[in-house]
Amino acid sequence: MGRAVLRAIAALCLLAPAACGGTPGPVPQRAGPATLQVLIGSSGAAETRAVTDAAAAWSAASGNQVTVIPAQDLDQQLGQAFAGSSPPDVFYVDAARFADFASVGALEPYAEQLPGAGDFYGTLRQAFTYQGRFYCAPKDFATLALQVNEDLWAKAGLSAADVPRDWVQLAAVAERIAATGVTPLVLGDTQERIGAFLVQAGGWLISPDGTRATADSPQNLTALRYVQQLLRAGLARYPSALDTGWAGEAFGRGLAAMTIEGNWIRGALAGDYPGIRYTVHALPTGPAGPGTLSFTTCWGISARTPYRAQAVAFVEAMTAVDQQLAFASAYGVMPSVTTARDRYLQASPGDRAFLDGADHAQGPVNAPRMGNVLSDFDTQLQRLTVADPQAILRRLQRNMTAALRG
Amino acid sequence: MAEPRRRSGIRGNEAAAGWLFVAPAVLILGLFLVLPIGMALWVSVSGWNGQGSPFAAGVPYVGADNYAELFLDDGLTRENFMISLRNNLYYVAVAVPAQTLLALALALVVNQRFLKATSFFRTAFYFPSVTSSVAISVVFLFLFANSGAVNALLAMVGISGPAWFADPRGLLHLILDGLGLVDLTAPPAALTGGGPFGLSWWEWLAGPSVAMSTIIMLVVWTTSGTFMLIFLAALQDVPVQVEEASLIDGANAWQRVRHVTLPMVKPALFLVITLGLIGTWQVFDQIYVMSQGKPANTTLTPAYLSYRTAFTDFSYGTGAAISFVLFLIIVVMTLLQRWIMRDRDEPRPRRRWWPRRRSTP
Repeated sequence: MGRAVLRAIAALCLLAPAACGGTPGPVPQRAGPATLQVLIGSSGAAETRAVTDAAAAWSAASGNQVTVIPAQDLDQQLGQAFAGSSPPDVFYVDAARFADFASVGALEPYAEQLPGAGDFYGTLRQAFTYQGRFYCAPKDFATLALQVNEDLWAKAGLSAADVPRDWVQLAAVAERIAATGVTPLVLGDTQERIGAFLVQAGGWLISPDGTRATADSPQNLTALRYVQQLLRAGLARYPSALDTGWAGEAFGRGLAAMTIEGNWIRGALAGDYPGIRYTVHALPTGPAGPGTLSFTTCWGISARTPYRAQAVAFVEAMTAVDQQLAFASAYGVMPSVTTARDRYLQASPGDRAFLDGADHAQGPVNAPRMGNVLSDFDTQLQRLTVADPQAILRRLQRNMTAALRG
Repeated sequence: MAEPRRRSGIRGNEAAAGWLFVAPAVLILGLFLVLPIGMALWVSVSGWNGQGSPFAAGVPYVGADNYAELFLDDGLTRENFMISLRNNLYYVAVAVPAQTLLALALALVVNQRFLKATSFFRTAFYFPSVTSSVAISVVFLFLFANSGAVNALLAMVGISGPAWFADPRGLLHLILDGLGLVDLTAPPAALTGGGPFGLSWWEWLAGPSVAMSTIIMLVVWTTSGTFMLIFLAALQDVPVQVEEASLIDGANAWQRVRHVTLPMVKPALFLVITLGLIGTWQVFDQIYVMSQGKPANTTLTPAYLSYRTAFTDFSYGTGAAISFVLFLIIVVMTLLQRWIMRDRDEPRPRRRWWPRRRSTP
């Protein structure tokens, strides 16, 4: 029986060699006009249209063919494409997944040779650096900032001068808002929001080079204790406690006076809750000063593309200052290069708090195999009200150390 | 007398023709069933990282490492896997009996001859089964939202409903807490101290979480329609004479169900429980749409964990190993169930293919 099965598999391998074979090794490069496949994880119709138009313009100017494919589920589609040895030439890589791709050799480390490599914000360069190499060019970014509901603010008798600048003021203002029966702060229950408090306290989960876990530190403990205190006193609540899917929904429905979200909240509020009046401010500073988190995506180039030079030229065109400003106005993201800063602020002065965040922003954990570990950390954070912060950090430290060992 | 050779006889040369006729089926089964299973088995013992073909030269063979990670190595992978097994175990233990009993009850009711509008009820009960599970899952999300219809109904009778999908507390924990046997905030040290496979006894004994029980309700509701049809078909095969005979013998309604109807629909019961076991161990769509394992991993199931491990963590080997363990669990459960439900009333002779040889002393 067993032998028969093996024989059957062998026979079928002859029929379907693609399923059983595949050749690794360096890919021969081709010059001349290329046909580039570009797989994007689009945020919506506006982004798809903007990228398609930009690609068409580049295609016409350079003589190459470009096909832009919006993905339904980027991670899964990329996973399948890599497994099938037919990855797209250029694709979006989220900073949180970047190290996973880089560690298995899926990405071409082209970014350090770009003429404008030094123009990208430092925090974004670091987010796409793995084992000392800057792999791919950040296409844009977002940071966390504090949103304040003007109406609820006024109702609590607060003025613009009362916007909290540090942790002490945040707690004090929250007390005054709570007295009016409104939830002061709605805060996402994951490390992608609470992590900002770790940065403000001077801590973070991993060393800057992404090799050592630094979760179990007194700074991180201070931060978690502070958040826990806010949660226990009812000064901050998780979105699920307000019967909402995410903090922006709770904020848009007027259930909370403040929230901490990124640039995407602008589009979400304008679309779903156009009536809300709010302002955006820098996050309150912690014991170690200002801190926020940055979220970014890069233009990954496949290590297996036969059109490396053409793909790099495409990415250069997409990350040029004018092109990035066009993207910014089309779907509300911030350009990833410092030379676009002033012109972006002229166009969207209300985003100063988001953009200024770049100076003290921390990118996602830049080490591979962290998905499981960080989702476990999120699970622990959801129980922060009743859990012991020290135990949470010890557990995270242990899991991260194990994952870093490989 | 020598055993006759099986391939001798006048029909021996028809074998080639036989193989020719089944060749398309064998080819399709081989290509889409045997080959993928074989490939997955190889992935589960390899260190493939998802780059290029898993059968390329550079892919390392790691033996049972991926399986050891699931059962032996103290770490997050084992903990998540054990939590997912626990969740699914409670899920199966509640969902299978519930959907079987509900389906049987519905079938018995619909099968009554005095019932008017039988076909209406049949259609109504079957309706959830033909609706897309994704659509139903989304509707349930609305029904069980904190301010949704279910909590509004509960509020009418003065009960403040839980935050269904955000509540990770286990039902067994809640019951024990309600009886005053344990304190949820300070669980007994005897149970939290240790337990098998790195999960404390306290964790193992949590029971399905509140969030999981909403998914159980959904699944029971959607699957009982299909199983009702299976029972109904079996019930309609029960001869009227047998029932009438039992009536003449003076059996009451319960006795008729227990001693006449049930034994006669036993094959259908076996089918329903088997299908139920397989379906509940493989639960994926509802988890993927409704909870993604949240809250606090209490709706994590092996099928969903396998997907997540492979496609978002790039640990294809571990993901494949999880699905093979799941496969073994289902096979073992089905065999166990077959053994439990075997006929014990009369010792049947074993089924044979060969002619019986008389042993003459």
